[in-house]
Amino acid sequence: MRFLKITKNDWARGVEGLKDSFRVFGPVLERSHFNFRPLEKGQEPDFSFRNTRLSPKSTVYPQSEILFTYTLDKSRPDHHVHKEPPRDETPRAILGIRPCDAKAFGLVKLNFDTPEYKDPYWLSAYEATTLVGLACDEPCSACFCTSAGSGPFDEAGLDVLLKDEGDHYLVKVLTEKGGKLVSAAGWAGEASGAEKAFVDGAAVAAEKITSFVSADKLAGKVTNQLHNAKFWDDVAFSCINCGTCTFLCPTCWCFDIQDEVAGTDGVRMKNWDSCMFPLFTLHGTGHNPRGQKTDRVRQRFMHKLKYFVDRYDKGIMCVGCGRCVQHCPVNIDIRRVCEIMNEYEPEPETCPA
Amino acid sequence: MENPYYPYPVRIASTVIETEDRNLKTFKFEFLDPADEEKFSYMPGQFAELSVTGKGEIPIGIASSPTEKGFLMFTVNKVGVVSSALHNMVEGDIMGVRGPMGNWYPWEKLQGKNVVIIGGGFAFTTLRSSIVYMLHPDNRKKFGDIHVVYGARSPGMLLYRDELAEWERRDDINMHITVDRADDPDWKYNVGFVPSITEKNAPKADNDTYAIVCGPPIMIKFTQPVLEKLGYAHDHIIMSLENRMKCGIGMCGRCNIGMEFVCKDGPVFTLEELNRTPREY
Repeated sequence: MRFLKITKNDWARGVEGLKDSFRVFGPVLERSHFNFRPLEKGQEPDFSFRNTRLSPKSTVYPQSEILFTYTLDKSRPDHHVHKEPPRDETPRAILGIRPCDAKAFGLVKLNFDTPEYKDPYWLSAYEATTLVGLACDEPCSACFCTSAGSGPFDEAGLDVLLKDEGDHYLVKVLTEKGGKLVSAAGWAGEASGAEKAFVDGAAVAAEKITSFVSADKLAGKVTNQLHNAKFWDDVAFSCINCGTCTFLCPTCWCFDIQDEVAGTDGVRMKNWDSCMFPLFTLHGTGHNPRGQKTDRVRQRFMHKLKYFVDRYDKGIMCVGCGRCVQHCPVNIDIRRVCEIMNEYEPEPETCPA
Repeated sequence: MENPYYPYPVRIASTVIETEDRNLKTFKFEFLDPADEEKFSYMPGQFAELSVTGKGEIPIGIASSPTEKGFLMFTVNKVGVVSSALHNMVEGDIMGVRGPMGNWYPWEKLQGKNVVIIGGGFAFTTLRSSIVYMLHPDNRKKFGDIHVVYGARSPGMLLYRDELAEWERRDDINMHITVDRADDPDWKYNVGFVPSITEKNAPKADNDTYAIVCGPPIMIKFTQPVLEKLGYAHDHIIMSLENRMKCGIGMCGRCNIGMEFVCKDGPVFTLEELNRTPREY
């Protein structure tokens, strides 16, 4: 493990240098909130943020992405045949990603990189990406990362971890990919003894996390008993199925595939979708297996907190970033739902007298 | 990296209107590149995404059998945007097929066993594939008795009528064709719903007899108690599910029933497996 100490001037110069060989993304203030955007020449990532409003998932997984192009013009020899557009596999760097969001990529990878099938669009973008994390010294009140398998200094999904020390950054190089980025940026200056700063910083930051979830009993629950539990109508009562939660979530990956044609030229594309929408599961016959609001709210929480747990044995499909808690217009709180599910005991069966 | 979203280009080799309401059409496809046929190696019970360029994709069970070479066959009900566009396409048109997808009926486990196929309406497609597969001279000796109960609303709504008649004439398969009602005075098969014809004709359950059930929800609902009455254990009742799908490879997130994806972990499940999953199909 290598540690470096770089001044903020070195940082700025290095970021500018990176742009020659990387597509560089970083947090940018957009009116009232931050989001990850590609950085132009001369533009610095703005690290005065706590976290971005949208998760950085779109840097690897665009909201809309072309899978194929084709022509419907029958005079062309390859008409109606799908062609893969060239993919941009230029290395990309995400600067200032929070450790929870980086960890989320690892969870999403379980869906797109399976023994049977690989999603080449997601995977090639992910593999081209170097994640430079910024440790969280001031977590938000809605953060619950430490009990959701992550933490303010979690290194799990990162290539490099930065710690802001006022006039300089301490840099912890975690992977080979991270080492390459650091060299490309020209950052040097070994910092011996910096390990302690990270260990202490992690402990101090973890102390500031004030909300938690318990997920320890979820794996032991019987799926159908949880599914049939009576509390779902209460949980879903105020939901307006707006989809904000799935849109903001760093671990939500569901998508739709659509064809779009203009004249004789067409594309097939992949667009983010949401389990909150009735169309998501509507059959051609009109039948809808998740036709009611409660069905859809239950699907979201069961997927994150039960099905995922059972399928992968890698904990819950949530990193505790707190976005859905902060932005839900009707204050549905995944921490509370997780608690209800974790504590649920099936109603005792009553014997007929 | 293989791209699992890429549809193999195919040419429509033939189209046949199957039913008197003209809502069901059978399409045969030929691969533009013969090498793709090699890659598209499948088993009865699997499905594919039919990819109508410019319109979209629909998941449809494969009606041809792997023992039939040189083409793929699908029977499609006209329901939505893609299936309607497909119904308007003609011989020679170019489109795509993506697959094969999902699991298949458990042919390894069924070796040496009696098989009772129970189908209704237009869900007979992968069952046709299965019958053709089992009756192939290389395969017939691998299975015990074969019974088929197949029902439709009327004689004109039965799929693959020529083949049904041919199978009726064979002595190595017991056909029990039925219709809900028949106006045709020459109708020489059963009249009645699938569950009651099953009750009358299906062999008694034993450890060596498996039922494969595929049909509309109402048929399944009333057939299940009949099979239970005949003594079929839930792990001897094999079913194939349908759900709305997009990717077909377990990634897009919509077809799940609990932790299982119908597209990738299914579409074939035993009733015993289904009893453990939420009924979201």
